[in-house]
Amino acid sequence: MSGAAMVTSAAGGLVSFDLATTPLREVNQFLHTGLGQTTRVRIDNPDGAHSIAVGMDAPVQIDIAGNAGYYAAGMNKHASVTVHGNAGPSVAENMMSGTVRVKGFASVAAAASAHGGLLVVEGDAGLRCGISLKGADIVVGGSVGSFSMFMAQAGRLVVCGDAGDALGDSLYEAVIYVRGEVKSLGADARFEPLTEADIVALAALLEQAGLHDKDGKPYEPRSFKRIASARELYHWNVDANQSY
Amino acid sequence: MCGIVGLLIKKPELQDRLGEWATPMLIGMTERGPDSAGIAVYGEPVADGLRKISLHAPAGFDWQGLQRQLADVAGFEVRANHAVLTTSADPVALRAWFKLTHPMVHVLSVGRTIDLYKDVGTPAQIADRYGMAGFRGTHLVAHTRMATESAVTPENAHPYTAGEDWCLVHNGSLSNPNSLRRQLEPLGISFDGDCDTEAACRYFEWRMREGDSLEQALNKGFDELDGFYTFLMGTSDALAIVRDGFACKPALVAETDDWVAIASEYRSLAHLPGVKGATLFEPQPERIYAWRAQQ
Repeated sequence: MSGAAMVTSAAGGLVSFDLATTPLREVNQFLHTGLGQTTRVRIDNPDGAHSIAVGMDAPVQIDIAGNAGYYAAGMNKHASVTVHGNAGPSVAENMMSGTVRVKGFASVAAAASAHGGLLVVEGDAGLRCGISLKGADIVVGGSVGSFSMFMAQAGRLVVCGDAGDALGDSLYEAVIYVRGEVKSLGADARFEPLTEADIVALAALLEQAGLHDKDGKPYEPRSFKRIASARELYHWNVDANQSY
Repeated sequence: MCGIVGLLIKKPELQDRLGEWATPMLIGMTERGPDSAGIAVYGEPVADGLRKISLHAPAGFDWQGLQRQLADVAGFEVRANHAVLTTSADPVALRAWFKLTHPMVHVLSVGRTIDLYKDVGTPAQIADRYGMAGFRGTHLVAHTRMATESAVTPENAHPYTAGEDWCLVHNGSLSNPNSLRRQLEPLGISFDGDCDTEAACRYFEWRMREGDSLEQALNKGFDELDGFYTFLMGTSDALAIVRDGFACKPALVAETDDWVAIASEYRSLAHLPGVKGATLFEPQPERIYAWRAQQ
């Protein structure tokens, strides 16, 4: 660890790194083994570097002050990571717990395979958002691209904007809520009526995400549509004649 | 993998900075494409009746000897393994003459505005070898290659060209280049290498020669080209980008009042002056984006 690159504030809880001068490997090494009493870490000049703050396993707040590249906050456990910019492909991939927040837009495959925790994307998310989701929650303030929640097994996706083509193709037990238009549903996904439990869950997720409509008001949970699996792909249907 | 890079300067007074700003963009994509790189740069058109022909030959080639054999030479500029010949000669006849008398010389591009350099080596080596930082012009298309389906050779490096003042770089892989080739070769369209990208390049050029606009040609490509692609293209006065319907291959656009920059990743945009205030977006799948240069 090159001590010169690390700046510790007088308060002791905050540590800052500048990726323009400190190699990413040193930063991630510190995040994995050197945190000690640190409660907050700030990373300046991320400039699209890959794998920033991957593999976290501590309840610390990490602020990435700019645009992150691939795999930011991948495999996150316990940490609360905020990207103050846009995130590249596969942000919060395989997250286990904690919170990841992207203030701008997220590229493809956001929260792919994530088991737990919460991903909030304040802008749009690209294609394949929540692909193979295994239990995490995702709240997107904007719209999501095509093939989102493909083969998602468990967890929830809330989309305040629109969804692209083939939403929820081959869904298992994950649930999707969309406020705007859905361009098309994927195989075996269907619209279902909102239940009282959905309304309670949506209100809680939207509050946790802190997202509001254009007028600054909280979204009305009843304005969302519920999409879930028709469960017709759970068993082989010999009469379907390869139609899906 | 592979990396793509494009830069279009909006303000004529900034055209001197084209190569200086684009060089770190190219080098920023080294991890995506360390084995070859290429740059197509579009500048002032040569006078009516003249054309610029970019040539490549292996190291040690006697360019002066070649120049002595050529008639109608209005300009001949050698840089490392490349030469840009400005001539009034018919490019089709010239290409045939090279094939017959100097088979090691490859015609990389023909046009009134395009110069093209591509070679084997790291992006930094190639930028240095061809003096990229000094390139001036309206716009530029560049590529860093990580070969996946054909050999690492200068011919298989990108950009690819067909016709005049038209080039294309590709991040991705096509699964039907051979069937495209079998479709095009009987029409008299010949191929220089065996890279999948060349099939796409010649397909689009053929469609445009048949009367399609670039947009119409790309729309047909959505049906005809099978595989993954982000294509970045240059014409004498425009940059254009298109991604396949699955958008597996990344692309990011940054735009300010001064320039439009395109790259596979933000890493290649981070150094640009004014990027913090730029409008950033990822091109949507199966949508054609184009920006026009002002001469």
